[in-house]
Amino acid sequence: MRHGKYPFIIGFLAVPVALYAIFVVGAYLQMFRLSLTDWTGYGTFNDIGFANFEKLWNDSVFWTALRHNGFLLLLLPIVTIALALFFAFLLNVGGGSKGGVTRGVWGSPIYRVIFFFPQLLALAIVAVIFGRVFGPDKSGMINGLLPDSWEPWLFLASERWALTCILVVLVWQAVGFYVVLFSAGMGSIPQEIYEAAALDGASRITLFSKITLPLLWGNIQVAWIYLGIAAFDAFALVNIMTVNQGGPNNSTQVLSLQIYLNAFKYSQAGYASALGVVLFFLALSFAWLTLRVSRRDAVDA
Amino acid sequence: MTNLTSNPGANAVGAAPEAKPRRAGRDAGAERRVNPLGGVAHLALFLWALATVGPLIWVVLASFKSNEEIFLGTPFALPESYSFDTYAQAWSEAHIGQYFLNSVFVVSVSTAGTMLLGSMAAYVLARYKFVGNRFIYYLFVSGLAFPTFMALAPLFGIAQSLNLLNSFFGLILIYIAYSLSFTVFFLVAFFRTLPHEIEEAATVDGAGHLRRFFQVMMPMAKSGLISITIFNIVGQWNQYLLPVVIMQGAGSESKYVLTQGIANISVSAGYQAEWGQLFAALTLSILPMIVVYAIFQRQIQAGLTAGAVK
Repeated sequence: MRHGKYPFIIGFLAVPVALYAIFVVGAYLQMFRLSLTDWTGYGTFNDIGFANFEKLWNDSVFWTALRHNGFLLLLLPIVTIALALFFAFLLNVGGGSKGGVTRGVWGSPIYRVIFFFPQLLALAIVAVIFGRVFGPDKSGMINGLLPDSWEPWLFLASERWALTCILVVLVWQAVGFYVVLFSAGMGSIPQEIYEAAALDGASRITLFSKITLPLLWGNIQVAWIYLGIAAFDAFALVNIMTVNQGGPNNSTQVLSLQIYLNAFKYSQAGYASALGVVLFFLALSFAWLTLRVSRRDAVDA
Repeated sequence: MTNLTSNPGANAVGAAPEAKPRRAGRDAGAERRVNPLGGVAHLALFLWALATVGPLIWVVLASFKSNEEIFLGTPFALPESYSFDTYAQAWSEAHIGQYFLNSVFVVSVSTAGTMLLGSMAAYVLARYKFVGNRFIYYLFVSGLAFPTFMALAPLFGIAQSLNLLNSFFGLILIYIAYSLSFTVFFLVAFFRTLPHEIEEAATVDGAGHLRRFFQVMMPMAKSGLISITIFNIVGQWNQYLLPVVIMQGAGSESKYVLTQGIANISVSAGYQAEWGQLFAALTLSILPMIVVYAIFQRQIQAGLTAGAVK
C-alpha cells in the first residue's frame, strides 16, 4: 500500500514534535510567563510584574553565583584544553624520532584508555567520590596521604578553596575526553608535514605551535563550546559535593543550584523562572558569540 | 583495573584508521633513541594516569575497610580482611540493587524511544521538502543552546499538571524530549551524507515511504545510529538533574535511579557513619561501567566524541 507524502511526513513528525513541544519548548515559553508571577510551585499564582527581576537585581547571592559561573566559564576551558593538548601532543609525537619520524610515547594507547574513563562516570557519582577524596579529616584520601603531623586541609569546608576544588574535579573528569578528541585530530595531520619541518630543523615546540595548534583549531573551538556548557551547569557536583548545597557561606553557589533551590526548597518557583530568563539571555549571547567567532575563522581558513 | 589495559591496540576515535598495530610490549624500546623529552613525557602521563585511577582504586579498597581503618590507616593500605558484608548491605539495605534496576529499566526504554522517534523525525527533516521543514529543524536544534536546568520550575509544573511526577513513564517521556535536540541534529547531518541513489532505486522498485525508511535508510545509517545510541545511553544513565526534579515527594525513594540513590546514600552515610557501605555502593556503580568500557571501549569513545568531531 502506498501512502501519500504528507500523511507520511505528519505521521513521522507528530510524536517527536509533540513531546519536544510539550516538555522543552513548552517549559521555555512558560518560563517567561511564570517569571512575572509569585508562583510557589503548587497551586495558583498572581501577576506581580517585574518584581522578581527587581529582587534579582538586588540579590547578592545571584551575583555571587554569576561570578562563580564566570570563574568556571573562564578557567575550565583554559585549564582543560591546555592539559589535554599537552597530553595529546606527548601521546602522539612525544616519543622521540625513529628514522626521522616522530611518534607517540610507549604505551600511549593504554594512557588514552585510562584517561578517557572518567568521562563515562556520572557527575553525580564523581561528586560522591570526590566528596570523600577531599574529606576534611584523615578519612579523606588526600588528607590521609599527607604527613600525620600536618593540620588536615579543609578543601570543601574552606570558603577560599571550595570553588577551586569544584574546578579541579571538573577538569579531572573532562581532560581525557579532549585528549582523545585532540589525538584523533593530530592523527589526521599528515606525518609528511612533521617530517618536512623536522628536516628543516624545527624544534618540538615549533612543531607544536606552528603545525599542530593551527591545524587543530576547529577541534579546540568545539572543545571550548562543550566546556563552556559544562561550566554553566555543574549542578550535580555542587549540589552533592559541597557543604550545605553551595556553601560554605555560598562560596560555591552557582546559577543552576540557585534555580533548583528557589524552585524546590524555597518555594519560589516564579523567582526561579526569572533566574531562568536571565540565563536564557546569557546562553543566547554565549551561543551568538561562539557562532560569530567560529564564522570569522571559517572565512580565514 | 587490569581489565582496562587489556585492549591497548584500540586507538581513539573509530574514524581514525591510523591505528598502529603496535603492541604494548617492550619490543619498541630496543631501537628507540632516547630523547630528553621522553622522560618528562612519561612522568607527566604517568602522573595523570595515577591521578585518574587513584581515587577509583581508593574507593574499592575502602569498601572493604572498617570505619577505624578508614580513619586511622593510610589510604592505600590493603584492607585487613575481605568481607562482602558491606556489599550485601549496600545492595539490599541501601537499595543499590533497586536503584540499579530502575536505571536499567528507564534508560532502556527511553533510549529505544529516543532512537526511534529521533531517527523518524531526522529522516523526514533530512530527506523531504515541505512547508515548515526549516522551522521544525531549527526548533529542535535551538534546544542545544540552552542548558536543561534553565526551565526547571516550569518543567516541574508541566509534569505536575500532566500527573507525571514520581512516575517512570513521566521520566522516560522527559528523557526522550530532552534527548531529541542532539539526536535530531546529529542524525539529520548524518542522513544528508547518505547517497540518494539507493533510495531512488527502491522507489522505482515500488517501495513505499515506510519501507524505504526501515529497510533502506536504517541499515545504511547503522554506524551513525550506533554512535548516537551510545551517546544517549551514557547521557541518560548519568542524568541526575531530571530524576531529582521528577522523582520527588512521598514514596519516591523506591523509584530513584542510580545517580540519585548514590547521592542519597552519601548524605545518610555521613549521618550514620556507614562509610564502608557508601564505598561499596560506589564500587557497585563504577564496576559495571569498567566492564562495559573494557568490552566496548572503541565504540564508546567513538560514540561520545561523535558530536564533537566535525
